[in-house]
Amino acid sequence: MLLIDIDACIGCGLCEANCAFDAIHVVDGIAEVNENCTLCGGCVDVCEAGALKIEGREREEKDGLAAWSGIWVYAECRHGRVAPVTFELLGAGRRLADLKKVPLSAVLLTDQAGDIPALLISYGADQVYVVEDQALADFTDEAYGNALEDLARQYRPEVILAGATAIGRSFIPRVATSLKTGLTADCTQLDIQPEDGALLQTRPAFGGNIMATIACPNTRPQMATVRPLVMKALAADPARTGAVINCRIAPERLQSRVKVRNFVALEGDQVNLNEADIVVSGGRGLEGEKGFALIAELAHLLDGAVAASRAAVDSGWIPYPHQVGQTGKTVSPKVYIACGISGAIQHLVGMQSADTIIAINRDPHAPIFDVATYGVVGDVFEILPKLIEKIKQARTSSI
Amino acid sequence: MDYFLTEEQQMIVDLSRQIADELIIPQRAALDESEDFPTEILDAVAKADLFGIYIPEQYGGIGAGTFEIVLALEQFGRGCVGVATAFAASALGAFPIMIAGSEEMKQKYLPDIATGSKKAAFALTEANAGSDASGIQTTAVLDGDEWVLNGTKQWITNAGEARIYTVIAITDRSKGPRGASMFVVEDTDPGFSYGVKEKKLGIRASSTRELIFKDCRIPKDRLIGREGTGFITVMKTLDKSRPGIAILGVGLGQAALDEAVTYAKQRVQFGKPIISFQAVQHMLADMAIQLEAARSLVYAAAKHIDAHPRDMSKASSMCKVFATDMAMKVTVDAVQVLGGYGYMRDYPVEKMMRDAKILQIYEGTNQIQRNVVGQELNKEYTKA
Amino acid sequence: MKIIVCVKQVPDAKDVRLDPKTNTLSREGVQSIINPYDRHALEEAVRLKEKHGGTVIVLTMGPPQAAEILRESVSCGADEAVLVSDRAFAGADTLATTYTLSQAIRKIGGADLILCGKQAIDGDTAQVGPGLAVRMDIPYVTCVRRIAQVNDKSFVVERLMDDGYDEVEVGLPALFTVVKEINEPRLPSLKGKMKAKKLAITTLTAAEIDADVAQLGLKGSPTWVVRVFAPQLKGERSMIAGTVQEQVDQLAEKLLEWC
Repeated sequence: MLLIDIDACIGCGLCEANCAFDAIHVVDGIAEVNENCTLCGGCVDVCEAGALKIEGREREEKDGLAAWSGIWVYAECRHGRVAPVTFELLGAGRRLADLKKVPLSAVLLTDQAGDIPALLISYGADQVYVVEDQALADFTDEAYGNALEDLARQYRPEVILAGATAIGRSFIPRVATSLKTGLTADCTQLDIQPEDGALLQTRPAFGGNIMATIACPNTRPQMATVRPLVMKALAADPARTGAVINCRIAPERLQSRVKVRNFVALEGDQVNLNEADIVVSGGRGLEGEKGFALIAELAHLLDGAVAASRAAVDSGWIPYPHQVGQTGKTVSPKVYIACGISGAIQHLVGMQSADTIIAINRDPHAPIFDVATYGVVGDVFEILPKLIEKIKQARTSSI
Repeated sequence: MDYFLTEEQQMIVDLSRQIADELIIPQRAALDESEDFPTEILDAVAKADLFGIYIPEQYGGIGAGTFEIVLALEQFGRGCVGVATAFAASALGAFPIMIAGSEEMKQKYLPDIATGSKKAAFALTEANAGSDASGIQTTAVLDGDEWVLNGTKQWITNAGEARIYTVIAITDRSKGPRGASMFVVEDTDPGFSYGVKEKKLGIRASSTRELIFKDCRIPKDRLIGREGTGFITVMKTLDKSRPGIAILGVGLGQAALDEAVTYAKQRVQFGKPIISFQAVQHMLADMAIQLEAARSLVYAAAKHIDAHPRDMSKASSMCKVFATDMAMKVTVDAVQVLGGYGYMRDYPVEKMMRDAKILQIYEGTNQIQRNVVGQELNKEYTKA
Repeated sequence: MKIIVCVKQVPDAKDVRLDPKTNTLSREGVQSIINPYDRHALEEAVRLKEKHGGTVIVLTMGPPQAAEILRESVSCGADEAVLVSDRAFAGADTLATTYTLSQAIRKIGGADLILCGKQAIDGDTAQVGPGLAVRMDIPYVTCVRRIAQVNDKSFVVERLMDDGYDEVEVGLPALFTVVKEINEPRLPSLKGKMKAKKLAITTLTAAEIDADVAQLGLKGSPTWVVRVFAPQLKGERSMIAGTVQEQVDQLAEKLLEWC
């Protein structure tokens, strides 16, 4: 709990001003904490009188932490394809490794490594740990988790990064729990703390309404999953060299109690929403499947993906995998085009980290305009067809 | 105003409110437009146990009374009178069985009605028998172990959707008012079919059709109560059900007031929200006053009916007239407050105004209700 | 089948916002709700019970007021409710949480199936489900979008992946986390509400789950929040005005530049 030293407290109110949770107030010249307190420590850091302390959060000087060194990136590979977030993580990992002057390693778990290790090196890895085994043909949490855990125990990396993808978010928690270490999900920013070289992991919380920076001071490795499309990949350099380390994992560790029987791909030319640079999204204002045909056309033209608000999914105009928002997917594309979406907070939390947001809506008071980089008040059924036409023209004339 | 509900009554209000807010209100405009029956909503109502509120516990219900069903209907009426009518019509269809049915009959039908797995409907009206029920043409003749029904019922709510119908037919024309009897007809009975779906001004989510009986044969034990008691059962049924219609007026009036006040607070004319103009304020105040008076009367009438099942008529008719006339006036005024917007289908108040009208007509026109009140007064003052 | 559903009380996101003046989360009118994903987990558990028989127990770790969501769960079809509550749990991260939950589940005799929502909407970590399965040493499947087959001792389920879905088979006991697509949760029922009102909620403290204090709450949490701050608003905001054609021309110009 938060301890307040009432002799030291000067009642300055800095803690109150810096509390994001409305949990500490100065009453009669002394700070008082209430049940809203989440023990985030925001007040401790700002208290100039040194009057605040969080019990239980004393830095332990643990031996052996120094034995863990190097930055690892889990190289996600499924059905023979390396997930793009892997290259982004290598870009981010490269920067961290250079700051700490340690090697950057990629870990590849696959049934067929082929040219992938070389590809990973070209994107910045100094070395690649490869486990090549038929048992890794299908993704299973147990086989993948055990393999990564065993490698981590053997080689002791200081940091493990993975993509916040379906796979990463499924098996990385297994590894962290087995290693009894901390894991920060869905990070959007990674830094090294200058004083002690600790990894600072920043992530949105409360659906993006606040940001939290998290550290893992007493255990190793420090683990994080990172949101796709947030970090920048380096340009591939085929001339880069690196070491490929083939590793063997005990066969019983590659067994899984979950058996994959079949895979059904997304139908048609659906793009993985989490990986799309451009997302064109529709809401209640599209009034039906016809409206979605319009935004599908625009998305196709822009080489983007189609998304939807919950209202549109609930109305049966488009299936659930397209839903963005609190109970759907969280996306952070370069451009998010919201068509006929009013912008309920439940939707905003799923898309407000997009670089650029364009909103088209009839209602000038729609909350979507509060987050839109560019707002257009107008009828989607007037604007979209004209916009599609205009882009087609421009594309034809430029050829 | 605080009506000092019990914890259980408050639960009924909360649950019904949740259904109205989460399921009914988001869909009411679409249902009004498509005139589709709200099957999914009523399935959810059934899962929530609300079809069983008024049905005794031994038949799988909750065992509460008229007041509790009124509390649920108020919320549904606030959501959509069309949906609420479809729900209420099942209770209306069940009442004759509850009032006059044999123990076997109750055991056979009430549990399914309580779970909502089968809906009921009540069939009185015919082309020539509206306010004057003595004009009934439909007949039932006993033939061996079966009753044979012939005739056509008109404007039957839930027709085609219900599985259980309580139907009044003439069994002996020579006996006049004592020559009518009530029967249970099931949707699968031979010789029973439905007419086309009517096109209505309002309450379009509810289904209104004819019931057509052509040598419809049903087992002898489908007679409700004794032969010749049909009219008495009908009168008791309507006495019991009218507070339900009255409260739909209250729910609807509340919805209209909510829309009107919300709009008046945000609509700016002459540089001010229109709620700051006395002309608008007075309209809103009159709406609120009439609404609360109606609610108080309906609640009191429902409690009276639960306490005095033999003395229902006057209380029942008074509250029906007052609350439904109020609903008509308040919804018309709500459209007026919203002005041109109120007349547009983009806003919900024009539908509310259309829905309100039926409340003054069905389950006994308000003119007939005034007759009842007048006759009851006459009786009371004669006794004294 | 004995099914345990893990639920969490969270603030309703639609009410949570940052006051731009004070940079604090405005708590005014913030309602506490059952984490929306957990409602789907509960619904799936109740459906399994209705179809195949069994018991549904809802379990939550939280302050005493978290009992509210347990009652709500019972009104929606759960049979029993367990609240794990102790000051020692305060400040728990996901590792400490999974330890606490696993100890509580052991205390109540384990389960054939444990269901969790995919993630909680306040933390969005999606770590408690997998972590709990590891603690219980049972297999798990995340992001289950459909339970396709229920066999005697195994399930076939569909797990949502980024590129489609996998159909996987798993024996019991097991843990699934579910996505919203799996079902449409029901509203409470009147009988359920009456039952919930009378329900005696089992409350377990740290001592009662035989917990090692070093693994609880802040002490048992390897991750520390070092800073909480408001997200920076990105760049400028502007409205594109003019006639429809002018709006379209400006939009197209920008889009062609980026795409």
